[in-house]
Amino acid sequence: MGTGHDAHLLYRPGDSPVHRLPPEVKIASAVAFTVAVVSTPREAFWAFGVYAALVALVAALARVPPGWLARRATIELPFVALAFALPFLGAGERVSVAGLSLSVDGLLGGWNIIAKATLGLLTSLLLVGTTTMRDLILGLDRLRVPAAITQIATFMLRYLDVLVAEARRMRVARMARGDDPRFLWQLRGFAVGLGALFLRAYERGERVWLAMRARGWSGRMPAAWHATGTATARHWSAAAALPVTAAVVAIAATVTT
Amino acid sequence: MSAAQGRDRPAGDGLAGVTTDQATEGAPGSLVVRGLTFTYPDGQQALSGVDLTVAPGERVALLGPNGAGKTTLVLHLNGILTGQGTVTVGGLTVDPADRAGLAEIRRRVGVVFQDPDDQLFLPTVAEDVAFGPANLGLRGEALRTRVEEALAAVGMAEHVHRTPHHLSFGQKRRVAVAGVLAMHPEILVLDEPSSNLDPMARRELAEIVARLPVTVLMVTHDLPYAYQLCPRAVIMDAGRIVADGPTAKLLSDSSLLARHRLELPYGFSIDA
Repeated sequence: MGTGHDAHLLYRPGDSPVHRLPPEVKIASAVAFTVAVVSTPREAFWAFGVYAALVALVAALARVPPGWLARRATIELPFVALAFALPFLGAGERVSVAGLSLSVDGLLGGWNIIAKATLGLLTSLLLVGTTTMRDLILGLDRLRVPAAITQIATFMLRYLDVLVAEARRMRVARMARGDDPRFLWQLRGFAVGLGALFLRAYERGERVWLAMRARGWSGRMPAAWHATGTATARHWSAAAALPVTAAVVAIAATVTT
Repeated sequence: MSAAQGRDRPAGDGLAGVTTDQATEGAPGSLVVRGLTFTYPDGQQALSGVDLTVAPGERVALLGPNGAGKTTLVLHLNGILTGQGTVTVGGLTVDPADRAGLAEIRRRVGVVFQDPDDQLFLPTVAEDVAFGPANLGLRGEALRTRVEEALAAVGMAEHVHRTPHHLSFGQKRRVAVAGVLAMHPEILVLDEPSSNLDPMARRELAEIVARLPVTVLMVTHDLPYAYQLCPRAVIMDAGRIVADGPTAKLLSDSSLLARHRLELPYGFSIDA
């Protein structure tokens, strides 16, 4: 089918060169780039500058505005908070910054987390922002990811909304009976609700499976699902530019540090 | 029917109370269940000897209290569960060992489950409706035609590219029906088709079902709906069929209904 109208929450419709790349190429490129970023020594500050420039270049090619990326990157904030705690909690040699005694190792550790997580997150956002859900699954399938995993991913994406709606209804029902949820105080009701939600998800899984079998499902997705438009050598070489550049930078950074 | 229900029953009541003879048993769209018993692994006996014969083109309501075994029976009709006894669909007997036969049984018997969210699991309406026929091996233009036909039959053609979770509940149920119609079933089994629908969506679905040229078995607690759509009704209780006859006759027998925890909604009465 591959009608391409299956927008998901993070998808940004468009018709840029990045949007048009086959999904398997984009996934492979994003994963390889992230591996290069993560394996770069944290002291090689210049290398992270190059990576940031590469991400900005891809964003520009995909015509994804910085504000769009920034708003969706806020999911990272809890991890950033952890990274900010490290300089205070870290052991070993300490430096004094603006009257605060900070651990050198903690500072580098915090920087390491923030820099690598941000780059990885922006890469993933660019990937999902330019690829529809159907194409993401199809791309994973073509990369020979086991069918069980791609199917689980399909179901997770489809049923996330259903589960979130169920959780919301359960929360409203708790509030209707006098529960007073505030940030921390709602934890108890939430934790109990999670158990109930798990049971409901489990039962739903069974009903979904029955409904699929009733429509002739025999364990494999229909062959007709595999639409045309697989990657060519040209696609692969175009998309390889990003991870190859990053790999060169990572090697240079490792050698010089 | 009481004044409370303004709509007349659709035409075509001629099949009411048909007792199918041997000649119709092998015909496409016929259903024969003989001596069916089933016990769940936990020891609970859900079916204790069900006999039911449905003629091609009939619309039959399957009534009964919660826990009577209605859903268990439905899951036997397309071979998802198999117990002792036989189920024969259009001359083909359900046999769990015969994989090709089972696939054909599931094409012939289309089951629309109660919660459309259980059935609609793909990202777009088009893909979901295509799931069944694609499992039958259809592809390309033939597959697309099936999807378009099925969506047109339930009045959802213009929503082909939408995401199922953005549809209203009534629309979701219609798409679920389309997903089964696209397999060209001979028998359509509807599990509580009117539940959670607003009055207009309930009526629209009734009009769609009444137009379909297939055998219909409708599991429901909505007795006026059964009366409106099905000339014949069977009542199930404690795993067996306890009454079988014209819907009007069964629903006018208030002591029969009361014995099986059934009753017409307030303000309704039906004359046999």
